[in-house]
Amino acid sequence: MFTFLKFSVASDKKGLLFLMISFALLIVSALLGLFSGASFIPPSVIFEVLFSGRIQDPVYRIFMTVRLPRVLGALLAGSGLAVSGSILQTVFHNPLASPNIIGVNAGAGLFVLICSILFPGARDLVPFAAFLGALLASVLILLIAMTNRMSQLLLILSGFVINSLFTAGMNAVLILFPDAYVGAGNFLAGGLSGVTTDRLIYPTFGILGGILLSFCCAKELNHLGLGAERASALGMNVPVTRCMAIAIAAALAGAAVSFAGLIGFVGLIIPHGVKLLIGTDNRIVLPGSALLGGMFVIMCDLFARTLFIPYELPVGILLAVVGCPFFLYLILKNRNRRDMEC
Amino acid sequence: MLKMEKVSYSYHKNRPIITNLDLEIEAGKITTIAGPNGCGKSTVLKLASRMLKPQTGEIILGEKNISHMSKRAVAREVSMLFQNSQIPDMTALRAVMAARYPYQSSFAGYTKEEKEISECAMELTGCKEFGHKSMEELSGGERQRVFLAMIYNQDTPLILLDEPTTYLDIRVTYEIMELIGSLNKNQKKTIVMVLHDLNLALQYSDSLILMNHGSIFNIHTPGDNCTLESIKTLFGVEVRNFRDNHNSFYCFAQSADNDTGI
Repeated sequence: MFTFLKFSVASDKKGLLFLMISFALLIVSALLGLFSGASFIPPSVIFEVLFSGRIQDPVYRIFMTVRLPRVLGALLAGSGLAVSGSILQTVFHNPLASPNIIGVNAGAGLFVLICSILFPGARDLVPFAAFLGALLASVLILLIAMTNRMSQLLLILSGFVINSLFTAGMNAVLILFPDAYVGAGNFLAGGLSGVTTDRLIYPTFGILGGILLSFCCAKELNHLGLGAERASALGMNVPVTRCMAIAIAAALAGAAVSFAGLIGFVGLIIPHGVKLLIGTDNRIVLPGSALLGGMFVIMCDLFARTLFIPYELPVGILLAVVGCPFFLYLILKNRNRRDMEC
Repeated sequence: MLKMEKVSYSYHKNRPIITNLDLEIEAGKITTIAGPNGCGKSTVLKLASRMLKPQTGEIILGEKNISHMSKRAVAREVSMLFQNSQIPDMTALRAVMAARYPYQSSFAGYTKEEKEISECAMELTGCKEFGHKSMEELSGGERQRVFLAMIYNQDTPLILLDEPTTYLDIRVTYEIMELIGSLNKNQKKTIVMVLHDLNLALQYSDSLILMNHGSIFNIHTPGDNCTLESIKTLFGVEVRNFRDNHNSFYCFAQSADNDTGI
């Protein structure tokens, strides 16, 4: 962790500046998310109520039961999925490998639904079920990728197949057991409206732990970027490193899906955006994705809450609406730059 | 330096690619392996770098059996340049620095010294000026220089090169071959390479190993008279020899008595 920071300072001032700006953006968006919502509460009022400890005060209740869990939930889900996406892109050497596209999110979602049928009361089990589902999907993809040396396109296609399989499973479960999951619509689109602090406890550990672990693996991930053959010729144990990285990515995606539902886009566009802005060094890309992923989902959730008061959109819809044009812009901008160099 | 004893390997059952291969590579020499497509040349290199494990037989590196060594220990003894593999997803400088991997612990950062060594390797191979560029932006020749800089940086006594000049134009081909020659002459590295261009093979190597169907067909010293005879029989082509003051050049043509039915 510390050597990682030291290196950033010594050799990559640009990267460090990027991380500092991202951090500042994250703080600003978190404050915005805490203060505004269905009604704007001025910071002075919030601080006064919080410090005086008036538990009965409606402002206190709104803050502690609605605003804080939602902002925390958005931060965790955004960072977790963005880092998960960065890891998967490197491991599969494929820019389209993101948890929602290759079926990792869908696997987690299916297991969440099954878990809520089999053990209706046991909400503590949900994050673990989600992790197992995410892991199952990732391992399936990895096995497919390793059995025959397939092209990037075929790999993504198999990801699609697995994604459709798990999605079909989810739909079947929801039709057969309509009462299985309260708020299933919100779960499928990805939303944070039902998030409470006690549901965030296990996912918080999973996501924080996963992100820290991924920072420790940043250098190994960089070496995987050389290509499997070359990394192996340099003495790396490629299968072990890949499995480790995939377990981390699955834990992150699973933890995020367990409380936020099938939030999609963030795992694809944030790692991409970060890489286009700052290059592919995972020591910068991973923390950058964590910071900007959190910021992005907090902002989208804020808009989801406030755009159509008193109605509320699931944040997943907002993510797609904001994410698509931004993503297209980045691709086109990058293409123009390459064309000019040729 | 490197010894293979009765080595066999097959990717699929019943289709052995290497059968009972005995091979010895002399230290400090440039050895070239040539032979028809699919005769197992690249597989020999992959076996020698422990990318593949032999199903029977032993591979001895120095004095040790290669399969009893750790992956990192092998990577400190043998480096390998691959034929058309994945393009690294990073800048050239970072790719070259990554070649220091076998000497580092997994979690430590790069030291200033390592960065200097890497820049020096890039200077020697003439790729310093595009160090900050991403590998995908480079031309084939520039990329090959970066891969050679990685080999310099990995700094192993034995270097394996799988078709180092494929897809390169003739100018760059000679530049790359000169770099490889200087690795051998100035840095005293042992070099084993697979080449399809027999002119280059005859010009640059101390020893030429001809392979066919997964075993050795013949081993020659390039100056040797029977070398050309061997090439004729193995590939079924005619060879003409042109000489000037320093070098011999060879011209290969469709053999008159070899009816291929075209």
